[in-house]
This record gives sequence, C-alpha cells and structure tokens, in this order.
Amino acid sequence: MYYLYNRLFGYMANLDATFSALADPTRRAILARLALGETTVMELAEPFEMTQPAISRHLKVLEDAGLILRRVEGTKRPCRLAPDGIASIDKYLARLREALAANYDRLDGVLAAMEPKKRTAKRKDKR
Amino acid sequence: MSKLTLKTEGDRYVVVTRRFAASPEAVYRAHMEPALIQKWMLGPDGWTMPVCTNEARVGGKIRYEWSNGQGGGFYLTGEFVKLEPLHRIPHVERMHLPDATPDNHIETRFEKDGTGTLMTLPDGATREAMLKTGMEHGMEASYAQLEKLVGAGVIQ
Repeated sequence: MYYLYNRLFGYMANLDATFSALADPTRRAILARLALGETTVMELAEPFEMTQPAISRHLKVLEDAGLILRRVEGTKRPCRLAPDGIASIDKYLARLREALAANYDRLDGVLAAMEPKKRTAKRKDKR
Repeated sequence: MSKLTLKTEGDRYVVVTRRFAASPEAVYRAHMEPALIQKWMLGPDGWTMPVCTNEARVGGKIRYEWSNGQGGGFYLTGEFVKLEPLHRIPHVERMHLPDATPDNHIETRFEKDGTGTLMTLPDGATREAMLKTGMEHGMEASYAQLEKLVGAGVIQ
C-alpha cells in the first residue's frame, strides 16, 4: 500500500533525494547551522573541521535535494535553508497518512452496510 | 479524530493499526471479497479500482488495478502465502509502475477488541525503504530537531 501512495503523489522522486540528503549527520548539522541564517562555505567549514571542498560536496547534495538555496555574491556563494524543501517532507507524510485514513474511513462505511445483510442471509438459510 | 496509528517497530517494520466497529469476520470479508475491496481500497479522491482479483485460498492470486479516470493507472499483483480466516492474511505483494517493485511481505492481522476489531498491519518493505533512504533519521531525530531550531530561531 505504501508503494502505491509514494508513487501516486508524483513528487516522490525529489523526496528520495531529500531523505537521502538528511541521512548524513554532517548534512543535518549543516542544516541546523543554516537555521541560524545565511552562511558562507568558509563559515560552515570552521566548526565542522572539514575542508571547504568537502563542505561544498555536502552543500551540493543539499541543494540538489531542494533543502538549501545558494546565491552568488562576488566570489562567495552564501547558502540558506529552502523553506519549500522542508515543507515538502511534511506535506508528503501528511498526505500518506490522509490517504490511508481515507481508505479506512471508507471501510467503516462498507462495514456498517455489511452487518445487517449478514442477518438477512441467516434468515434465508432457515427456510 | 483519526483512529489510524503509524509507528515503527523494532528495526524491521512500520506498523499501521486501526480499530473498526465491526466483527473480525466482517473486517476479514471486506479485505477478501473483491466487490467489497473495490468499495474502499482506493487511496486519494478520484481513484477507482476497476479490476480486482482476490483468490481467497493459499497460493491464490491477487491483482488490483487502479485508475484515476484520466488514463493514469497502475496495478499490484501478489499471492496469499497462508490464510487464517478471520485472523491473519499473510501475503506477498508488488506494485507495477510499470516496473515491478521488490516483493513486499505483509501480514494483515485482525483481533477481536471488545465489540470491534483491531487491525495490525506490519509493513517490512516500507521500513526497509525508510532505513535505506535515511527517511527515519530525517524524520524521527534530525528533522524534528531542525524544525524546533528553525521555529525558535536559536541554536548552538
């Protein structure tokens, strides 16, 4: 059933990228740092004790996943959180739950209609 | 209002539970009789299930076809591994999109709960996908934490 909903919603391809981007602890830490505000690669490299190219690779993954936005400012490319990327994860989970809930709410209706029929069938059997 | 719960169990499953105000017999039938299945297993609004094969016996075939009424659709096939009428429906299923997804082993369980029925639905494939994509970490730990940080605007 879950595969069904995953594909139905169409935008799952990008969510796969989003979830794998979040799988890495360094990238999650980068996102947490960006939650403070726009930051340059140099500023990010310091607390993580990583080289700038290594940080840049992580940023590329985050950017491709739609989780961060980058702009050009001279030779720098400051990055910040992409609110849409974060919101899409929420939206996906909410829709998965909604679709499942809708199915079972419909089943409630089906079950309510079934119970009386069972009694009718039994009565017929007596004849 | 939602009676549905969706939780992780151990490191193998995502478990869905839902209570119904009907006997296990009725809930079981609604999962096994095509005419009944077609009334509720539809997903989002606008989708229907024009084709439903559900051979209620061990080794019996499952085939559900969904349509959005606008030329869009896909189908699921599967087999019943074992059947324990009214209580357990162990089966295998795969989606065709149109390429087949890996087999998903599922065991739908029903148990009497007062005047109603409690359904438990452990789903191994979803959990596997979650672990593989890091969805779980993303969701359960970091994402929630991140949200908090963003919300508060504070972080170390």
